[in-house]
Amino acid sequence: MSLAHRIIPCLDTDGARVVKGVNFVGLRDAGDPAELAARYNAEGADELVVLDIAASRDRRPTFLETIRRVAAELAIPLTAGGGIRTLEDARSVIRAGADKITVNTAAVEKPGLISELSAEFGAQAVVLAIDAKLEGTNAKPRWDVRVRGGRDSAHLNALAWAQRSVELGAGEILLTSVDRDGTQAGFDVALTSAISRAVSVPVIASGGAKTPEHFAQIFSAGAADAALAASIFHDGVQSIRGLKQFLAAKNIEVRFPC
Amino acid sequence: MTIALIDYGAGNVPSVERALQRLGATSHPVTRPEDLASARAIILPGVGHYAAIIRALDWQNLRSSLLEAIARGVPFLGICLGLQALYACSEEAPTLSGLGLLAGGVRSLPQTTKLPHMGWNRLRIVKPTPLLEGLGESDYFYFAHTFAAPHSAENAVALCEYGTSFTAALQRGNIFATQFHPEKSGAAGARLLQNFLKFAA
Repeated sequence: MSLAHRIIPCLDTDGARVVKGVNFVGLRDAGDPAELAARYNAEGADELVVLDIAASRDRRPTFLETIRRVAAELAIPLTAGGGIRTLEDARSVIRAGADKITVNTAAVEKPGLISELSAEFGAQAVVLAIDAKLEGTNAKPRWDVRVRGGRDSAHLNALAWAQRSVELGAGEILLTSVDRDGTQAGFDVALTSAISRAVSVPVIASGGAKTPEHFAQIFSAGAADAALAASIFHDGVQSIRGLKQFLAAKNIEVRFPC
Repeated sequence: MTIALIDYGAGNVPSVERALQRLGATSHPVTRPEDLASARAIILPGVGHYAAIIRALDWQNLRSSLLEAIARGVPFLGICLGLQALYACSEEAPTLSGLGLLAGGVRSLPQTTKLPHMGWNRLRIVKPTPLLEGLGESDYFYFAHTFAAPHSAENAVALCEYGTSFTAALQRGNIFATQFHPEKSGAAGARLLQNFLKFAA
């Protein structure tokens, strides 16, 4: 008996609609967030993440309404983020129905935000999102933290930042490989394993998923506690149930609802 | 039947509300002691810091009316912090006094595991209880916590293993509580809430 590895579909939205695209280029509509949420809830997703990738101030009320519509469809936990810069932003997202919030750029700019959020909502509600890019060599890797959608360097070592965020009160890390994101070449096992073994909180791996084998690798060699993907679920390339059956056959503990 | 849902601003109150609605039950938010006087069933949800729930119960003056209602035999369900609040104290806020209905203290899970204990885990059912009717050891429930009540042979109806064995669900008479979140635990969680509603009806 042990904790199940979580499979987490991610809804990237422009505030109102789910969108798809690599590095914010060529965004295409991928559906209604509440409809997708209902589908994933029924198919056995263990959790759902909904992000506002535009995160513009004037679209904020639209995104909060999206969170409300999504939360109404779910009997599983919901994490929401994108553009959360203050305690008040976080409170409105939680009031709209999110169980956890993710922070990224704002936490890099003001690390104290993590402590504020953790004191207010509890560490279990604070997910630090780290976008990491390989800077060293494969033989001697080091990863740089990226901000503003992966474009700019934060001049921080990802491993050190992950450890610092946990000291500040983050309860979970959502780790995206900038190098793998959108490539479908598989999760970054070296990155995820390095971070997961260095921190005392659960790590969600993100970026690069395509095949069930990628998920098996990230849970075993990558030491990930959860794995997140978007397009492969939205497109119906990979069913959640089929993925879990594959993992269970490899003796990786997963949850089968009902 | 209407469920009295104690609302001290905890993040999961709307989720519990929605989960009850899906089962055809209605709830009304309780923020004042008089709201508990005529309650037929009470749910105390909670998530976050132990101090938040204990301070809120005192600030809102709910402590004594809640204890009276429970003593009258009103069916009670505590969720997550709502379970922890039943004990005398917690390591998370050692200077505060819990409701003291159950002996002992809430302690941190061992630091040898990743904390918080976050995600879906299974139960070891140790005693029959109406709360877990139709549910078994293959069902998963969603946990999100760092502190837990130690296994108490007296009241525990289900245990969970995570670094150590702790109380995942308990019953003493009309008092029920779960460390996990039934409102976030899919169909299994819905069944548990349904069982509580049935007991309370």
